[in-house]
Amino acid sequence: MQHITVTVDGTEYQSEVEPRTLLVHWLREGLGKVGTVVGCDTSNCGACTILVDGQSVKSCSMLAVQADGCEITTIQGLSTGDDWHPVQTAFKECHGLQCGYCTPGMVMSTVDLLTENPNPTEEEIRDGIHGNLCRCTGYHNIVKSVKYAADLMGGSK
Amino acid sequence: MTDTLDTSSVIGRPLRRKEDAKLLHGRTNWTDNIQLPGTLHMAIVRSPMAHAKVTKVDVSEALKQPNVVAAYNAAELGDLNSVVPCVWPVTDDTVMPPFPALTGDKVRHVGDCVAVVLATDAASAEDALAYVDVEYEPLPAVVNMIDAISPGSELVHGDATNNTCYVYDLGGGYEDELAKHSDVVRVKRRFVNQRLIPAFMEPRAVVAAPMGMSDEITVWTSTQIPHVLRVLLQLVTGIPEQNLRIIAPDVGGGFGGKLQCYREEILVTQLARKLGRPVKWNETRSEDMVATHHGRDQIQDIELAATKDGKFIGLKVDLLANMGGYLQIITPGIPLLGMFMYPAIYKMDAYQFQCTGVFTNSTPTDAYRGAGRPEATFAIERIVDEMAAELGMEPMELRTKNWIEHHEFPFTTVAGLTYDTGNYEAATAKAMDMFGYHELRAEQKARRESGDPVQLGIGISTFTEMCGLAPSRTLGALKYAAGGWEHCTIRLLPSGKVELVTGTSPHGQGHETAWSQIASEILGIPVDDIDVIHSDTGRSPYGMDTYGSRSLAVGGQAIKKAADRVIENARPIAAHQLECSANDLEFANGAFSVKGDPEKTVTLGALAWAAFAAHNLPDGVEPMISGEATVDPEDFSYPHGTHLAAMEVDTETGKVKLRKYVCVDDVGNQVNPMIVEGQVHGGLAQGIGQALYEGAEYDSDGNLLTASLADYLIPSAADLPSFETGSTVTPSTTHSLGTKGVGEAGAIASTPAIINGIVDALRPMGVTDVLMPASPQNVWRAIQAAKGASA
Repeated sequence: MQHITVTVDGTEYQSEVEPRTLLVHWLREGLGKVGTVVGCDTSNCGACTILVDGQSVKSCSMLAVQADGCEITTIQGLSTGDDWHPVQTAFKECHGLQCGYCTPGMVMSTVDLLTENPNPTEEEIRDGIHGNLCRCTGYHNIVKSVKYAADLMGGSK
Repeated sequence: MTDTLDTSSVIGRPLRRKEDAKLLHGRTNWTDNIQLPGTLHMAIVRSPMAHAKVTKVDVSEALKQPNVVAAYNAAELGDLNSVVPCVWPVTDDTVMPPFPALTGDKVRHVGDCVAVVLATDAASAEDALAYVDVEYEPLPAVVNMIDAISPGSELVHGDATNNTCYVYDLGGGYEDELAKHSDVVRVKRRFVNQRLIPAFMEPRAVVAAPMGMSDEITVWTSTQIPHVLRVLLQLVTGIPEQNLRIIAPDVGGGFGGKLQCYREEILVTQLARKLGRPVKWNETRSEDMVATHHGRDQIQDIELAATKDGKFIGLKVDLLANMGGYLQIITPGIPLLGMFMYPAIYKMDAYQFQCTGVFTNSTPTDAYRGAGRPEATFAIERIVDEMAAELGMEPMELRTKNWIEHHEFPFTTVAGLTYDTGNYEAATAKAMDMFGYHELRAEQKARRESGDPVQLGIGISTFTEMCGLAPSRTLGALKYAAGGWEHCTIRLLPSGKVELVTGTSPHGQGHETAWSQIASEILGIPVDDIDVIHSDTGRSPYGMDTYGSRSLAVGGQAIKKAADRVIENARPIAAHQLECSANDLEFANGAFSVKGDPEKTVTLGALAWAAFAAHNLPDGVEPMISGEATVDPEDFSYPHGTHLAAMEVDTETGKVKLRKYVCVDDVGNQVNPMIVEGQVHGGLAQGIGQALYEGAEYDSDGNLLTASLADYLIPSAADLPSFETGSTVTPSTTHSLGTKGVGEAGAIASTPAIINGIVDALRPMGVTDVLMPASPQNVWRAIQAAKGASA
């Protein structure tokens, strides 16, 4: 077992973890952060995407021990209480989700995309989220959501 | 003709979804989130071989591993090793081989279940799998359907005489009809509708727990069908139905893949029962690819006959349908759901259909979005294009010449269905306009003339489908074991808020929002004051669940009827309070008022309290107000539409680009047009996925080569364009809300539009078909084959 200290959604956690434990499993089972989900075992689907020190990471492709000393934001920490992050608002407004399983990852990837590129073109959006698979929406309304989120965040001004 | 609702108010508005707040904040309740004290985690030893005798399964070493509590092979599980049910034997002599949850004698596909290990944590269970000693004696794998039905083939089920599951022969007199004509043009093709994997984003998960003092076993499972599953689980496990509670918590997509009574659901339930503690199983994606049922997989021999001037005479269809290694819930019936749809929107005099179900050493097939109708639509829309080429006619003109005209409805097709309404002319005109059809044809001509290496093709799909499963009598006549009704109960709570209990079971479709809209429209109660209860047999005891684009088409009618009954049940109490005759009351905007005296009024909310307090009810009227309805639909619903694809094909590399996709769908009245559009988008992505990207492939030993999301290409955002969607509204006359199903339309219509577009681009080169998925390799091969043929 190895000791780690990680800040997740604003709270610092100390934990003993098996070195083989994936970050996503520690978040879900260790901390009960079940808003972040697992969709595959080959790092293709992106459902488990979170922000590690502000950068989007597929949390199935990182070990919990590698997160020692990091600051993590999950979908559950993106906004607090009844607040909505503009990306969350945009996804609701543009019907950018159906079953919602890819949504935590899709939203976190979008947050990262818009940080890097506040005013992306459609092509840049499609490229930027191509590591996040969705089986429900055909991406049409996800792309709209990302564009709208950029508007809400002032990117297109 | 039934009345249709005025869609100007709550119904018809693109309300944002109630579901989204929790989904967007991660406040979700997926089955994998459920952690009960004392849970044992189940892991499964799955066969790495497609076909082998199992000579030894020894779990004794696994039992010695850390944290392992139990492990069983088929024999050790004994009576608890229940069989997986199949409820649709399509003929009297359909071969129904036993399908025990754990196999004891042979493995019949990669991923077949051999043994289970249970440990106090998931990792320990997974680790211990390596200690289960299994010996296999390999047998030749039966992979290819044509080989499977050839004499002398190895048998998937040893006690059968061949690999044929059934032969369904509708008959039809095709040749007799053709003999009446002197100028017959026949076009015959063999199409391969390849195997697909549903690949919903949430892998399956099951938790079962004996619930303390009562005899109840609660099963949480990521399913589309909690109600149907309850019936099936009691049937196969022997657990009394009243003691089984099935809950589908948040479910992350299904697309038919969670319309099943799976081995794992049976095993988890039986093991929780045996061990007296909660048992949980969570699927990895790699397991999902081999263990969740697959879809499609048909070889279609199809012949269309027309007169020289392009009038269709008849259609002959002969299918080989891959069942896989076993039959699951409705495996044999899937091709039959397509049987009725091959004649599609066209008038003709003869239709002959035959289908042979074939066992192979592969994952069982079953429903996948569209289930039989995409296969049918693909074949008919492809062969119509081929006929147009044969006759030298413009493909849209040939369709126009043969489709049912809007004034001919209701129309009984040669397959025996009666389509209530439709307007193919209107949808097509709108789609062609949005598409810029004539301009694109002009561009196509110019590119052909200039010899542009990138050719342009225009793909057409003018489709209809039967959905809204289904009239129970029809299902019975087809030997399907259950009915197709739907239930709704609406209860007024003392506060005036509403509980709407539905038997549908959403997994992304937005029922909570749309059902609230229907009830709000009728009851005059705000959408936010209506809570939709679903997917839990403890809270919603009656239902037939969600598949076959049935939830609105059938379930919506139950909501309307239940809401109407709420008003009727409230009426005598209102009359009593307002001191008038019930006949003198009118109901509007959530309140009763006395005709001619609009000042005298009482709201439904006030009546709800009065019915709860029950201090002053009229004689003979019972406390509380509710309405219940169970509706068996009068008929299927028949959405239709016109889909157009502009395909750019690089003739030198085979690379294909979907440049523009336009569709106009007619799904009748729309409760929430935003949700309708979203359903179409998702269907399109899956249909286009079949055409361009997806395909489950086996090697000659029966190994699934596409057994992960790294190998099975479900399209990403970068692989698709934005779509241009539109609609026409021709209300259904057999459904009380005038609605039709929409869930599968996009998946059904889009595949042939894409392939027709590619073939259209390449037709001057002599290409008449392209194998799916139309990867650069498959397109390039088609081009080379055509070049070779012309050389």
